[in-house]
Amino acid sequence: MNILDIISDPNTRWILLGTMFLGLSSGVIGSFAYLRKQSLLGDTLAHAALPGICVAFILTGVKSTSFFLIGAALAGLVAVFLISVLTRYSKIKQDAALGIVLSSFFGFGIVMLTQIQQSEYGNQSGLDTFLFGQTASMVMSDVYMMMTVSFVLIFTCTLFFKEFKLLSFDPGFAKGMGLPVGILDYFIMMLIVAAVVIGIQAVGVVLMASLLITPAVSARYWTERLHVMVILSGIFGMLSGVSGTLISTSVNDLPTGPLIVLSATVWFFFSMLFAPKRGVLSSVWRRVSLKKNYSLEQDKRKGRHTS
Amino acid sequence: MNDFWIMLVGALVASSCSVLGCFLIVRKMTLIGDAISHSVLPGIVLAFLITGTRDSVPMLIGAAALGLLTVFLIQLFQSSGVQSDAAIGIVFTSLFATGIVLVSLYTQQIDFDLEHVLYGEIAYTPWNTMTIGGIEAGPKAVWIVGACFILNLFLLFLFFKQFKLVSFDPALAAAMGIPVLLFHYLLMSLISLTTVASFDSVGSILVVGMLIIPAATAYLLSDRLSGMIVVSIVVGVLSSVTGYYSATIMDASISGCMVGSAAILFGLTFLFSPNHGLVSRFLKRRKSKVMQS
Repeated sequence: MNILDIISDPNTRWILLGTMFLGLSSGVIGSFAYLRKQSLLGDTLAHAALPGICVAFILTGVKSTSFFLIGAALAGLVAVFLISVLTRYSKIKQDAALGIVLSSFFGFGIVMLTQIQQSEYGNQSGLDTFLFGQTASMVMSDVYMMMTVSFVLIFTCTLFFKEFKLLSFDPGFAKGMGLPVGILDYFIMMLIVAAVVIGIQAVGVVLMASLLITPAVSARYWTERLHVMVILSGIFGMLSGVSGTLISTSVNDLPTGPLIVLSATVWFFFSMLFAPKRGVLSSVWRRVSLKKNYSLEQDKRKGRHTS
Repeated sequence: MNDFWIMLVGALVASSCSVLGCFLIVRKMTLIGDAISHSVLPGIVLAFLITGTRDSVPMLIGAAALGLLTVFLIQLFQSSGVQSDAAIGIVFTSLFATGIVLVSLYTQQIDFDLEHVLYGEIAYTPWNTMTIGGIEAGPKAVWIVGACFILNLFLLFLFFKQFKLVSFDPALAAAMGIPVLLFHYLLMSLISLTTVASFDSVGSILVVGMLIIPAATAYLLSDRLSGMIVVSIVVGVLSSVTGYYSATIMDASISGCMVGSAAILFGLTFLFSPNHGLVSRFLKRRKSKVMQS
């Protein structure tokens, strides 16, 4: 199949639209997560979604995306709660708390997943596509859901832009101004949970974190201003979502998640190399031209001395 | 007998991971362990594709190379201004994604599937036996993971003082002339080796559980590094034994159950640890309040 065939297929067009919005919204919320040094929270929340999905399946017995998403969202909230309990009530640090919650939730998730596969539930086969994502398993209602949640996410980020900005750069000052920092903190985490939840169907629980982290870091190379960064990060996410989906539908049987992640990585490398001020090439160029100027000046000075 | 072999492999995986995990916990670098255990995957797959065999030596080399590459890349991005957690996130997701794509592209040539990547096939280890000089010498996995465990213990004992100092006070260690970076990379290569040795039995993601959870449990139980290491091994062995039995009862993934029981042990410790537990601290606080009044 070439690209034109893919785009002319109406079903694929819808899926493309879905991953596009997914990339856009996770890029936007990811930039706040990045600035708040919470990048790997997304990783933990994505892994933690697996037992939520399995519990939803065991309880309802049907493969309905909306139940899965509710389960994943609840599991994500439990994970957020446990992380804050672990760091607050013991000497365990943030990174270890993230790791503990991630691996224990995922372990329990795997236990439930294998149990579901071994029991006589009828059509369980679709459940393991949640590990690495498969856009082919998406139907129209899933795309609608992704688009709705993305709209809400982007709208919320625009609405609370000032608050989130303050919270990302100077939480102490935000508190001093009377902003409810604790509530906003949980609010941002909820938004991350929402982004993760709509992403797991397309990207999978294992690699969803990348869609939150990589576009934001790529955008950071290009600008020093937050709103530019947020928009750029959304665009990078969007491009990665679209190109990953296109490659995945044109090559047979490749899981979509890894391809979206790899396209995001390509954008990251592109930004790292070619960004105007912070990029590798421009800093090399600066260093070389500085050296040249310096040696020219030295030569001039030497010339003056000898004459 | 098969039960015994599976539990032995699980216990060896758990103890070699948790010994290293202790150092990761005290150095606040647990997520680097997470990253390495994901990103060795392309190394394993490439070694497999190049040599065409499932021989352990090339796989170990490939994985160790990728582990070191991961650490190197993370430090490179960090020094170019990317926040450390984001650097970890980018490196391991992209390397793991590469591995997954390779696995799915060459499914015909590679006889492990995506599920194997995630949660291993510890149930089959007893049948993959090794023969030395014509004598049946037990499952191959026992030898590989056992050798890895002994190597870890040996190196950590030999350089215990250096590792300890580097973990707690790298500046002092550097001032005393200990090559800090060398020990950093040594620890990271041990983690990569352990990850790949455990890969067949518990899969890439559950190595993370064994790296972090038993060590964190021990961290709440002991205030000394040496004590912490011993406790973490005990916790690791205990969770693999209970995990195996609960897996046979529930008919579910064995490695998943092992991590699950490690998590339950951690939860119990978090609540009831004599010094740092939630309940004991609550009781202590109440007691001191009563004494004050």
